[in-house]
Amino acid sequence: MSASVDIRSVSKSFGDVHALDGVSLAIAPGETLALLGHNGAGKTTLFRILLGFIEPNSGEALIDGLKAGCRQARRLISYLPENVAFPKTLTGREVVAFYAQLKGAAASEANAALEQVGLGEAASRRCGTYSKGMRQRLGLAQAIVGNPRILLLDEPTSGLDPLSRNDFYQLIAGLAEQGTSVLLSSHGLSELEARASRVAILRQGHLVADGPLAMLQRDARLPIRIRVKTKPADAETLHREFGGRRINGASVEVTCEPDEKMAILAALHQRPGAIADIEVIPPSLDEVYRHYSRANPDKEARS
Amino acid sequence: MSPVMAIARTEARLGIRNSWVLLSTVILTVFAVLLVLLGSGATGEVDASLLAVSIASLSTLSVYLIPLIALLLSFDAIAGEIDRGTLQLVLATPIARWQLLVGKFLGHLAVLTIAIVISSGIAAILAIALDGNPGPQPLGGLAALAATSILLGAVFIAVGYIASASVRQTGTAAALAVGIWLGAVVLYDLALLGGLLASGEGVFARTIFPWLLLLNPADAFRLYNMSATDTALVQTGLGAVSGSPLAQGAWVLASPLAWTLAAISVAVVLLGRVRP
Ligand SMILES: Nc1ncnc2c1ncn2[C@@H]1O[C@H](COP(=O)(O)OP(=O)(O)OP(=O)(O)O)[C@@H](O)[C@H]1O
Ligand SMILES: [Mg+2]
Repeated sequence: MSASVDIRSVSKSFGDVHALDGVSLAIAPGETLALLGHNGAGKTTLFRILLGFIEPNSGEALIDGLKAGCRQARRLISYLPENVAFPKTLTGREVVAFYAQLKGAAASEANAALEQVGLGEAASRRCGTYSKGMRQRLGLAQAIVGNPRILLLDEPTSGLDPLSRNDFYQLIAGLAEQGTSVLLSSHGLSELEARASRVAILRQGHLVADGPLAMLQRDARLPIRIRVKTKPADAETLHREFGGRRINGASVEVTCEPDEKMAILAALHQRPGAIADIEVIPPSLDEVYRHYSRANPDKEARS
Repeated sequence: MSPVMAIARTEARLGIRNSWVLLSTVILTVFAVLLVLLGSGATGEVDASLLAVSIASLSTLSVYLIPLIALLLSFDAIAGEIDRGTLQLVLATPIARWQLLVGKFLGHLAVLTIAIVISSGIAAILAIALDGNPGPQPLGGLAALAATSILLGAVFIAVGYIASASVRQTGTAAALAVGIWLGAVVLYDLALLGGLLASGEGVFARTIFPWLLLLNPADAFRLYNMSATDTALVQTGLGAVSGSPLAQGAWVLASPLAWTLAAISVAVVLLGRVRP
């Protein structure tokens, strides 16, 4: 059995804050969608709508065709909120077993879930003694226990070191292969390291991008930087000739559109005597992300 | 295990781990032992068994202590879970909101029951050790006191949920709980006493006052245990009613029972409005 999420032009405001404005998103069974956005972009609000905690002002959110928040819909869903503090005196196993039972699963399923997130060893310890990353993994174990068909994870990798983060994405990939739909929020594209099948970006409640990472990178049409290390005497001439900006005396940095790159490199090639080294720097994932989440007058005018 | 029982069990487990069980047992036991010892100094003058004398003073003390302990157990139940973020997790699961409250109620009641049963048991053992076998009647009185204390606790556990579900901060919920305690066990009686003094032997004292007394579950508890132990130690204005037919028999306990059910229902409605 597989399940899907369907968000249809959902808007939600709190007073005069438009937390979400006409957002439409669909997640197919087995798909992993990374939801990105600056602080206050509306990510958590979207999760709370999908759980039925708050009602959208307009539009609707459907879980496998059911109204979000109804009992049947909640049977399919598991949630990891961004801030959660489990009772310090319970052991990890007790915490996960508790949520397993609330979901109608057996308490014994807790062990497998704890193993999956790498807390098997610490399962019998009180979770008050856990490190931040361990607490985050405990939250994750609580979310995956009971075999949910849809995972809603609000900033699941915050507090995880790069190794644990890698484990986390591997775990998610495994679950997705079995047909679980995953919606996870995050703060940066670079953090995702291309591990989500799809990326959606929210800016001030508007959906400004939705597609595979490669597509977002291409569509952003961000300039490429060419950093030229010059012989000390030639920096000034090269700067005058190619423009760009001077960096610490002996380097010039030129920015160009993707399709101008080859022409500039060819021109630089004509000046072998003046050049010590050339570095071509494609736009980083962070820059792609900044491009979409920066207030952009063009898009603002269109929307 | 059903979700309700899972919640109750976790709540009881937390009560034990957070030393709530220990703390309330110690408090109740210390006071019970003190009262029995105090009573043993006075039994020479009064023609009653030590246990019977102790029950009267214990019931007076319980009116204050039990609601306080019950409110302290429950004020954090919802507001605290909102604070810690765990309410979102619980409400994201398929359970209904009433199941959450009923589960917590059973768990908290179990914690209180442990404390009451242990402290009553110790008081009984002490009284018997000091005074010899008191016979079945005072022992029955003590059992009734323990049972009605649990019932009184149930009322204030449930009322604590109302406080907890109507605000979002634990601090505010705590203040509300203290206010409820003051109002129900101190100010209410003071106001009734004032009314009694002002009206003299008028209509208020004869017809309205007994009902007002019954309306307050703490006073109903006091009435029940005083008429049940049949002691001559009634010094307060309550004595005026203890002879009235209203105060006779177990149906006085309808008041705390009704309060428990009503308070849980109100708390369920309030929890239904909480947006975690
Ligand atoms: N209950 C609320 N009452 C008033 N305003 C709210 C409420 N919840 C959210 N908001 C506002 O809605 C906007 C979106 O908030 P939301 O929590 O969804 O952001 P977010 O994308 O999750 O941010 P972050 O990355 O910081 O977690 C913010 O401006 C926030 O102040
Ligand atoms: Mg958020």
